[in-house]
Amino acid sequence: MSGHVASVKLYYAVFAALIVGTVLTVLVASVDLGPLNNVVMLTVAFTKALLVILFFMHVRWGSRLTWVIAGSGFVWLIIMFSLTLADYMSRGWIQGSLR
Amino acid sequence: MSNAHSEHYPGPIHQPPVHTDRRTDAHGHAGDHRKLQHHFDDLEQQLEASTLGMWTFLVTEIMFFGGLFLAYLVYRSSYPTGFQEASNHLNVIWGAVNTIVLIVSSLTMALAVRAAQTSAPPKIQVGWILATMALGSAFLGVKVIEYADKFKHHLVPGPNFVWEGKYPQAAEIFYSLYFCMTGLHALHMIIGLGMMTVIAIMAWKRQFDASWYTPVEVSGLYWHFVDIVWIFLFPLLYLIGYHYH
Repeated sequence: MSGHVASVKLYYAVFAALIVGTVLTVLVASVDLGPLNNVVMLTVAFTKALLVILFFMHVRWGSRLTWVIAGSGFVWLIIMFSLTLADYMSRGWIQGSLR
Repeated sequence: MSNAHSEHYPGPIHQPPVHTDRRTDAHGHAGDHRKLQHHFDDLEQQLEASTLGMWTFLVTEIMFFGGLFLAYLVYRSSYPTGFQEASNHLNVIWGAVNTIVLIVSSLTMALAVRAAQTSAPPKIQVGWILATMALGSAFLGVKVIEYADKFKHHLVPGPNFVWEGKYPQAAEIFYSLYFCMTGLHALHMIIGLGMMTVIAIMAWKRQFDASWYTPVEVSGLYWHFVDIVWIFLFPLLYLIGYHYH
């Protein structure tokens, strides 16, 4: 079986990056940046998730089909979020509509 | 109707199994590997199919948790200040400790898969799996402490919910989402621990080596996914009120 064997060093590097991300997100949350707090928080979270998916979950060395399936989850998620928010965010824009 | 059908039913087709020498195991010898199922050409194809199967399941899991994250987003955008006030009552230290615990468990899981991939001795494989299980249990232990604290302080939504702050209704919605999201996540951790138990026994019985380690790989994917869910839950639940006093 020819699954890619990643080096232990790489795993420790990814681990270190995940810890740094966690510390960073806690530190930034203790400072009031207004709406920027959410931006930083989510950017760090997505970066951490990406590191786990690419390296710990071996997608980095996976087949094209694995990339497509893993990616499709997030595509459907974006569709669900954008359609639902398109409704919620636009309520009350038209006079007389429900809020 | 049913009679006519049975008359024309040709019955099972008996064909002699076709043997070819095309298949070889990982060592290049003729004959099938003990773990190769007959409907796959080789072990590589078999691993690929299992990995894709797990990823397909994980896509449905992304949508499953996605619905809760969406509910969170909708309510938080309706009650931004109320959510901040409610979030302030969660213990950031416990949340951060649990985040670190889960990240370490993801590392030990990745190393458990690697141990199987490199045909490490069963002791080492089992060691990494047990380390992962210990960390997973530690996570759940912290969750028990936190939940007990919420019960004690009447922060469980329902008739006994008490909120001293300015936004009791928003706080109740926040804590409903908190219990749904972390509860579903904890359930996934418990299922993960069950999977790890099976994997640990298999590893102890010397089932895994470089030629075949599919169950470790696939369980690892699940474990990492559960970690990723927490990576989002921690900041969204614990940290939104951290600067709000």
